Amino acid sequence: MSVDIATRVLPGIGVCQELELSSGRRLGIVTRRNGLRDLVLYDDEGEGAAVDVALTDDEANALAEILGAPQLTFRLAVLQRQAEGLIVEQLPVPANSPFGGRPLGDTQARTRTGASIVAVLRQGAALPSPTPDFVLQAGDLVVTVGTQVAVDHVARILDGTDPAAG
Amino acid sequence: MAAGGGETHVAVLLIELGAILFVLGVLGRVAKRLHIPVIPLYLLAGLAFGQGGVLSLSASHAFTQVAAEIGVILLLVMLGLEYSASELRSSLRAQAPIGVLDGLLNAVPGAAVALIAGWGATAAVALAGITWVSSSGVIAKMLSDSGRLGNRETPAILGVLVIEDLAMALYLPLLTALLAGGGAGKVVSAVAIAVGVVTAVLIVATRYGRHVTALVSAKDNESLLLGVLGLTLLVAGLADELKVSAAVGAFLVGIAVSGSVAETAVEVLAPLRDVFAAVFFVFFGLSTNPTQLVPVLPLALVLAIVTSGTKMTTGYVAAKRAGIKRRGRWRAAVTLIPHGEFSVVVAALAVAAGAEEKLGPLAACYVLISIVITAIVHRLPDRLHSEQFPGR
Repeated sequence: MSVDIATRVLPGIGVCQELELSSGRRLGIVTRRNGLRDLVLYDDEGEGAAVDVALTDDEANALAEILGAPQLTFRLAVLQRQAEGLIVEQLPVPANSPFGGRPLGDTQARTRTGASIVAVLRQGAALPSPTPDFVLQAGDLVVTVGTQVAVDHVARILDGTDPAAG
Repeated sequence: MAAGGGETHVAVLLIELGAILFVLGVLGRVAKRLHIPVIPLYLLAGLAFGQGGVLSLSASHAFTQVAAEIGVILLLVMLGLEYSASELRSSLRAQAPIGVLDGLLNAVPGAAVALIAGWGATAAVALAGITWVSSSGVIAKMLSDSGRLGNRETPAILGVLVIEDLAMALYLPLLTALLAGGGAGKVVSAVAIAVGVVTAVLIVATRYGRHVTALVSAKDNESLLLGVLGLTLLVAGLADELKVSAAVGAFLVGIAVSGSVAETAVEVLAPLRDVFAAVFFVFFGLSTNPTQLVPVLPLALVLAIVTSGTKMTTGYVAAKRAGIKRRGRWRAAVTLIPHGEFSVVVAALAVAAGAEEKLGPLAACYVLISIVITAIVHRLPDRLHSEQFPGR
């Protein structure tokens, strides 16, 4: 199910991530610091680019949405079916949230409420499985899974109305 | 000077400057159309406008001279900004042997030629620098234009460039001290200071980069631009005062600034760098007498051919060491050939300080030839392969 992704740092330029597909072909994505992306199809030897398609930031986002969005909703739907009583909600990080610009771990959401944060939606792109050091920004949508009570509690933590927040 | 005279002077200055920049703009378009790097065209433009050229650029001389200085500083601060401290450290760890090989193979031919020509030790060190360092600007552009950023050998190529740039932080103070003269003691102390400062900056940047960044951190681009530019010029000036070379000071500021501030700074400084660096290349061409090019041409040709060979060896070995197969090794080999901004910076420093004046025209010829060689060979590895195995 999971795909191996090899990451290569390109000093001064960005990062190249390479996927080996089950067909044996290799696919690479170069993310440049200036936001440009390159979609790379490797040649038969697997080392050089046979095709390199440069994408602007918007084009890359559009592509990611097409490829990734159904996947995320599908996973969430499965989750919801598997566990009755659990809900999934997209909770906003408001502009006045105490956690804008702070790492996710600071919210201690899981410890305090039992709810899990499975993804963060930022500017239309889904960032799955954020780690505790993931830095939240105002305007993010935090995809939270848990009981109604727990999810509501996370919402209060995020907008700073939880008495113990901070 | 009378008020009227001053106004005329300003008018002439504006006309000359405008003409230079406009021509450079046209050249930029030509370069893009022809898919070649723009640096050689800037140099040629400078040479054409120089002594005996179409225009006599007297009014703007003082201004272009200062602008050229700022161009060098901006070239180096951008270089520092583009590489984060952690990238520098990890490249240094992974690629140090290749860096040593690169230095030995490519600096020695330059030094040898200068010594054989009888130009003295200082000129030998300068020419060693000119032949040593590949152009990271030209190479990055070439990799991106030919769609090779995703290739397996690319990190090895970039690793060599990172080490060369880091080595510059030690080389430039050494060269500056040698050019200033004053005996072995001063040279040793200048290098010792440089090593100490570079190490300190690397440590500070990796451990306390946030605090340095906080000095210039700003929400809006305008104050960020002014902050980074101000800090850079300030440190560059101080470094120059301490005889450590303004360029190194700028480079270290670039390394010390990190994170999102660095990313935004690259964005906002890039247009400024483009303007001033272009003026720098033109100024270098302007101050080189075109008639001096012909006598040094054979020497430049020999040097370019020899160091293309040694650069190819470096690239081939670097890729082989990274576990790349044959075709990728050849791609890495030809990619390292072009020389550019650094060779010109070093030559400009040396000539300005009164070292062998042939270094100027020699460096100009050498850079032009190395880029021509690159343009001829850089697609050969893939092209030969597809001829060998048609239909793939």
